[in-house]
Amino acid sequence: MIPAGAIESVRATLDEIVRRSAEICRRTGRDAVQIMEVCGTHTMSFAASGLRGMLPDTVRLLSGPGCPVCVTTPGDVDRAVWFARQPGVTLVTFGDMMKVPGSAGSLSDARALGADVRMAYSPADALELARGDPQREFIFLGVGFETTAPLVAATVRAAAREGIRNFSVFPLFKLVPPALRAILARRDHHIDGFILPGHVSAIIGLDPYRFVADEFGVPGIIAGFEPFDLLEALPMLLRLCRQEKAAIDIQYTRGVPAGGNPAALRILKEFFLPAEAVWRAVGAIPDSGLAFRPEYDAFNAVRKFPGMPAHDPPEPKGCLCGAILMGRILPADCPLFGAACTPETAVGPCMVSSEGACAAAYKYGLTETSRWKKSRRRQEVAVRS
Amino acid sequence: MCLAIPGRIIERTGTMGRADFGGLVRAVALDLLPDAEVGDVVLIHAGFAIQTVDLSMEPEIAERLIAR
Amino acid sequence: MNEANGRILLAHGAGGRLTHELIESLFVRRFDNKPLAALDDSAELKLPDDCRIAFTTDGYVVKPIEFPGGDIGRIAVCGTVNDLAMLGARPLGLSVALILEEGLERETLNRIVDSMADAAKEAGVELVTGDTKVVERGAASGLYIVTSGVGMIPYGLSLSGRNARVGDAVLVSGTLGDHGITVMNAREGLGFEGDLRSDAAPLNGLVENMLSVHSSVRVLRDLTRGGLATALNEISRASGVLIEIEETAVPVRNSVLAGCQMLGLDPLYVANEGKLVAMVDETYASGVLRAMRDHPRGREAVRIGTVLKGEAGVVMRTPIGGARRLLMLDGDPLPRIC
Ligand code: SF4
Repeated sequence: MIPAGAIESVRATLDEIVRRSAEICRRTGRDAVQIMEVCGTHTMSFAASGLRGMLPDTVRLLSGPGCPVCVTTPGDVDRAVWFARQPGVTLVTFGDMMKVPGSAGSLSDARALGADVRMAYSPADALELARGDPQREFIFLGVGFETTAPLVAATVRAAAREGIRNFSVFPLFKLVPPALRAILARRDHHIDGFILPGHVSAIIGLDPYRFVADEFGVPGIIAGFEPFDLLEALPMLLRLCRQEKAAIDIQYTRGVPAGGNPAALRILKEFFLPAEAVWRAVGAIPDSGLAFRPEYDAFNAVRKFPGMPAHDPPEPKGCLCGAILMGRILPADCPLFGAACTPETAVGPCMVSSEGACAAAYKYGLTETSRWKKSRRRQEVAVRS
Repeated sequence: MCLAIPGRIIERTGTMGRADFGGLVRAVALDLLPDAEVGDVVLIHAGFAIQTVDLSMEPEIAERLIAR
Repeated sequence: MNEANGRILLAHGAGGRLTHELIESLFVRRFDNKPLAALDDSAELKLPDDCRIAFTTDGYVVKPIEFPGGDIGRIAVCGTVNDLAMLGARPLGLSVALILEEGLERETLNRIVDSMADAAKEAGVELVTGDTKVVERGAASGLYIVTSGVGMIPYGLSLSGRNARVGDAVLVSGTLGDHGITVMNAREGLGFEGDLRSDAAPLNGLVENMLSVHSSVRVLRDLTRGGLATALNEISRASGVLIEIEETAVPVRNSVLAGCQMLGLDPLYVANEGKLVAMVDETYASGVLRAMRDHPRGREAVRIGTVLKGEAGVVMRTPIGGARRLLMLDGDPLPRIC
């Protein structure tokens, strides 16, 4: 989707990235500008577009905690499986969650053992299932960030208005700005700038990120997901990095008004209260989740089906996802990466989700960067001759 | 972290509508965009319109995204 | 009239009167060929002297059993014909085993069997022998089909995934992902409307056209499960070559692309049932491409890349001038929203 003749402008942009990042490195005395792309979809776009491999060594991308699958704890997966096993219950989930392992298998395993687990593209489709089978209980697995939570709230509102009683939600929503605060609060982070998630921002707008610049002095750009979005966002961010005063700006203007989506924000407030949430491999972060307001207990699966197990099994041994999601190390730094841990034998959550930092690094061969660049040059010669 | 793609609203009845994604048509819920109108290009995430795409910002890019 | 009328019963598979009624009224009549009509225990096929045969088998369990553009019967015939065609073999005959779930509507079975007969006619192949079993309700979902096929490999022809050579052109016969997205939409109730249709089709005619252009075709692969990316990886490994393709050259229908983007799927990994990839001697590539476009199953054929020297692997050039490594599919792609 790059207009004809755009390769020239891609080169010019890359030149600018090389120049500006080198300049920043000279000033800071570090080997690379470290940029965290918070959102897993950005991780994927950087890799799938080939842009990641085109960036100079002076730009290092770190994958942040922006993959709802990666940050769902094994305990929460166990609880989802527990709901799915309740008699007369169908658990409906986005396909994303099917294969995430809990301590005793994934939802996909539970389905193989007879639990009724179904996939849906939209929470509205889950409600439709409930409408069609009033004798069964349908529980929707509410994972996601600010982008997804309002849709689930709107679905609950529809259920309430229609008086549908066999539909509820197991809420596991997470919020992005509190996670950024948790990352920044560790003074040992080395993040020079953020590429901020475009679709979360389509809902929340720009204001909730201001503290990133104002309190921590780190700039950020809200970016879109097309290759040309990223090509525009990187120089914008590097320009901000050079400024005296840190700031947050929007590259993805076509989809993100500064004020976000007021109707979505209203419905979030109407149904949910901020609550502490436990992020897989990271830990508890205050006010980083959403709990149903008590008036909506009837739609809260946790209230409706008492007895949910509280146990939280430990993280898999040797997995360094936490440090990766916090931007402190890269996937290839994990000794299990690519050896004991591959997408087919995933040890940690970052390898399970197709958006996870480790899965993306594995899939796109990011371990082999230097060797890769050399063999590419050879290929180019081969094509020409 | 959240896949959303642009589509053009081709029908609206109450909070439900239908959107066209370059030849593929799907029902979309418009609860979160109460002012969306037929003809608007919106971002759809998990079956819900979450934001209006501002075509005036980068008309060429936006049109291309929709035409695919 | 009772409720069981018009449905498949266990007795339809028991070997008695009902079985015969089913075989004669349905299969023999619709598949209509001599070896089958003999109803012997095996079919007899005549082979020329000194002929090499290709032999293949496959099980079909697609769900739902009917979808836009095809059904389980059509892909059971086309899949086996295509497996033969990928070796350049002309199909001599197919066997068909049907495993029916008790309670299956007779009407549905009739439609599937008709569709098999149509696909066989289209491919110019006969369904020469078969078997039917009925299992209890719940032990299968609707019906499963197993087809095997025997084909004759033309004298001197040798097509294999091991044959790709440096410099070969990489051609695909048309748009990718149509079948996989269509079936996923139907199975998961995704609610997509529009022009989504499975591409299920026999490719032996197309292959004959291609093979008529000099002996320049080295590798053929049909792009079923795992899609283009997986097929290219198999070929690259078997031949020990690097395969490079251009992202902008890979044909994908707009609606299929939109569906993939919504579900977080990559069309390069989505299944097809009527598409192939070919590695062809560069010198004759444009001739082969023309021959492909002359056939209805290859109208949208294009060149997407080149076989290069290098470590085995598949690389895709992206529109911004970057490169992306394509690995084999791992696991079943699920629709996702993140
Ligand atoms: S490679 Fe596997 S074990 Fe290591 S951090 Fe990533 S997910 Fe965890």
